[in-house]
Amino acid sequence: MASVSSSGSSSGKPPVFEVAGDEAVKKARAELDAQTVEMMAWHFHPSTGCPFWLEEATKLPFDPLTDVKCYADLKKFPPFEDEWLRGGPVRRWVPKGFADQPMYVFETGGTTGTPKSRVNSRDFRTDYEQFSATLPEQYFPRGANWLMLGPSGPRRLRLSIEHLAQFRGGICFCVDLDPRWVVKLIQKGWMEHLEAYKQHCIDQAITILEAGHDIRCMFTTPKLLESLALALEKKGTTIGKVGITGIFSGGTEFTPQWTRFAVEELLDGAVMTPTYGNTLMGLAASRPVIPADGYTIAYYAPQPRAVIEVVEFDNPDCMVPYGGTGRVRLTTLTKETFIPGFLERDEGERELPYAKYPWDGISGVRPFRELAATTTVGVY
Amino acid sequence: MHLPVWRFGKPYESLERETLVHFLTGEPVAEVSQAGGAIVGRDLQKAQQARAALLAIDPEEIVERLQTAGNLYANGTVTVGDSKQSPDDFVKQQSATTGLPESLCRANMQKNMFVLSSMDRILDALSRGLDTKILWNGQGVEHRGVTVSYQAQSPVLGLVLPSNSPGVHTLWLPVIALGVGLVMKPGGQEPWTPYRMAAAMVEAGIPAEAISLYPGATDVGAGILAGCRRSMIFGSAKTVDQYRGNPGVQVHGPGFSKILLGDDCVDDWEQYLDMMCESVAINSGRGCINASAIYASRHTKAIAAALADRLGPIDVKPPDDPEARLAAFTIPGAAKAIWQQIEGGLKESGVTHATAPYGPRLVEGERCGWLRPMVAHCARPEPAIAKGEYMFPFVSVVECPQERTLDAIGPTLVCSAITHDSAFQNRLMDCTHIDRLNLGPIPTTQLDWLQPHEGNIIDFLYRSRALQLPATASV
Repeated sequence: MASVSSSGSSSGKPPVFEVAGDEAVKKARAELDAQTVEMMAWHFHPSTGCPFWLEEATKLPFDPLTDVKCYADLKKFPPFEDEWLRGGPVRRWVPKGFADQPMYVFETGGTTGTPKSRVNSRDFRTDYEQFSATLPEQYFPRGANWLMLGPSGPRRLRLSIEHLAQFRGGICFCVDLDPRWVVKLIQKGWMEHLEAYKQHCIDQAITILEAGHDIRCMFTTPKLLESLALALEKKGTTIGKVGITGIFSGGTEFTPQWTRFAVEELLDGAVMTPTYGNTLMGLAASRPVIPADGYTIAYYAPQPRAVIEVVEFDNPDCMVPYGGTGRVRLTTLTKETFIPGFLERDEGERELPYAKYPWDGISGVRPFRELAATTTVGVY
Repeated sequence: MHLPVWRFGKPYESLERETLVHFLTGEPVAEVSQAGGAIVGRDLQKAQQARAALLAIDPEEIVERLQTAGNLYANGTVTVGDSKQSPDDFVKQQSATTGLPESLCRANMQKNMFVLSSMDRILDALSRGLDTKILWNGQGVEHRGVTVSYQAQSPVLGLVLPSNSPGVHTLWLPVIALGVGLVMKPGGQEPWTPYRMAAAMVEAGIPAEAISLYPGATDVGAGILAGCRRSMIFGSAKTVDQYRGNPGVQVHGPGFSKILLGDDCVDDWEQYLDMMCESVAINSGRGCINASAIYASRHTKAIAAALADRLGPIDVKPPDDPEARLAAFTIPGAAKAIWQQIEGGLKESGVTHATAPYGPRLVEGERCGWLRPMVAHCARPEPAIAKGEYMFPFVSVVECPQERTLDAIGPTLVCSAITHDSAFQNRLMDCTHIDRLNLGPIPTTQLDWLQPHEGNIIDFLYRSRALQLPATASV
């Protein structure tokens, strides 16, 4: 049974954001249904689908090409198994329709064991081009240079941020961070090494910010943002004073309290846009994070390319009521990737559709309670 | 009742709050604002201001204000968070969230008040008669006419505090009187003592900007340890290992305190039964100074049986019963898990359960659990249970030849050795894995506050260094 959040929209308090109207919700749903049918036609056609899904289709008791007529019909698929994404051959995920395209592979997790991987050709660019449209020009001016201070390596984030900067007419400077090593440092209890590694990253970031490159926008993670702000404060300056006007940040450790603290004490006038994203889904933008909304951070998936549903813990086919708590179920519906009903390692509260994103959202995202004890969070 | 974060004197209401509930009923007792590591990190950049605020006041005046604070803490009604709190309110709240019987809460309150009211004598003893003005000025001339200089190693002391026993707070009470500010992360279930103590200190005139209170999760503790050049942390044996050898961190973990009966006194063991019982069971056996093992070369079965006869019948009573002597384990499942671990230890060869005839030790409630006093007998020192320490009255009576005892006991915070054998006493004096040594039938739990505890707090906070001035350069 789902519990109901005090900040959720079913708490009896009227929402302080503009809730999407019925018409907009219906229209978005129709687009999602159309996208679903189009993706079935692509992924399950012998000439365009990937080897994995073409083989899976032979085991299904229904025909995805004819029996999936809307998004809700995706429930006919059995639960998507985490393990399918681990290990090779990686080409089994490449749709035949893209066989001649250059491919990337991006990984998620991987601190121990084989990481999950997703092939990618243009998806990450498309995701970030769409996300670009949500960034306010005043704080993320076109033509501005960016700093990417966060994980790169096998993740798609560095390429994505760099593409975002380029798409907006800027050039992106990068400072690398290896989150897998950070997790190991935490697990080993090597806190001095952790601190030194963090300082190593922050030192590089400050060097770039003070080198006259006119950097106005940046991507970073909450932990690195607070370290950067404190390091700048020690030097007698601030995020705002070094020229940063817009910060795009992501991670499950975003909480309303942390965001309030950042806004009130770290950012010095810069605007921060929290996002929720991963290699499998893409990028979920947030509703404006404001004091009147208790600094609630509510994310909306990039529908119809990806869908987030907040489902009951013991019945993933059933969504919780608005304001209720449940596990994140993700569906990815792009031509490059089809992932139906993947149960994420996160949970949160179901949010009402927002005028700008007229479909369900999620707030209070945090590690799924049953996995939380074994998950090392807040690593970067 | 709401307890805000206290940022060097400025209350801060967090959007994240933890609700503390009554361990028996589940009724809310207080909401506690939760800080984060970043708040700590940012505030600590101004830590020097905490020390500056203290140094602006004469050190003798600080001591007098601390004595006033002790009186307010024990007897006054002070403003804690958004509420007025009387001593009775404090006792009930502390008992409700920690599971400690109210009588034990009151006893610990008296202990803390005693330390504050005796601050002048404690400082004199710990500093070996040093004029505290020397700590304020950084230098001065000792009564022997020698120039001395002391460097403060940190403007504040970071404290990651536990919830097990409010008596541990005596360790940090002298810090303000040494001109060093306090940055505290209160225990999750026991924010009461740090909050009430801070409120009493501020009401008594200690500068509010010298004290911070950051309730929160582990990132707060990490932030304190990273940001304070001197910290004190309370934790498990694993925590102790993690910070061992770090000169900036003083770690207080399990005490593994012990009583040793020398061959010359062991035949009179019955004379020491009261002292043994007190060492094991006072304060519900929760402290690191409670004895967890008794070593002797003979009569150990009789000693175990006699202790079991005294301690075994002690039963669970309501927390407001003046006779209540056992604290509850308020974390669901904790009591059961500990009991299962002990049951495993009892299976080892040479181990017997002396309190078995006095009924089950594990008492499970709806929301919590208790463990009744437990005495194990070990025919030799090797079984793991001989080195066990648990947060309830638990003791192993271990048979071990005297000549092997010091090798067998392992790290020992308090050792009460009952012997007149000067050779054995000399070996005890030289033994480096014993911290506090009581020579004689002194309960392990009876602390002389004029003695250092796990290192001298002044040596931890200050460094004696050379200072040469023109007037004395030729001396």
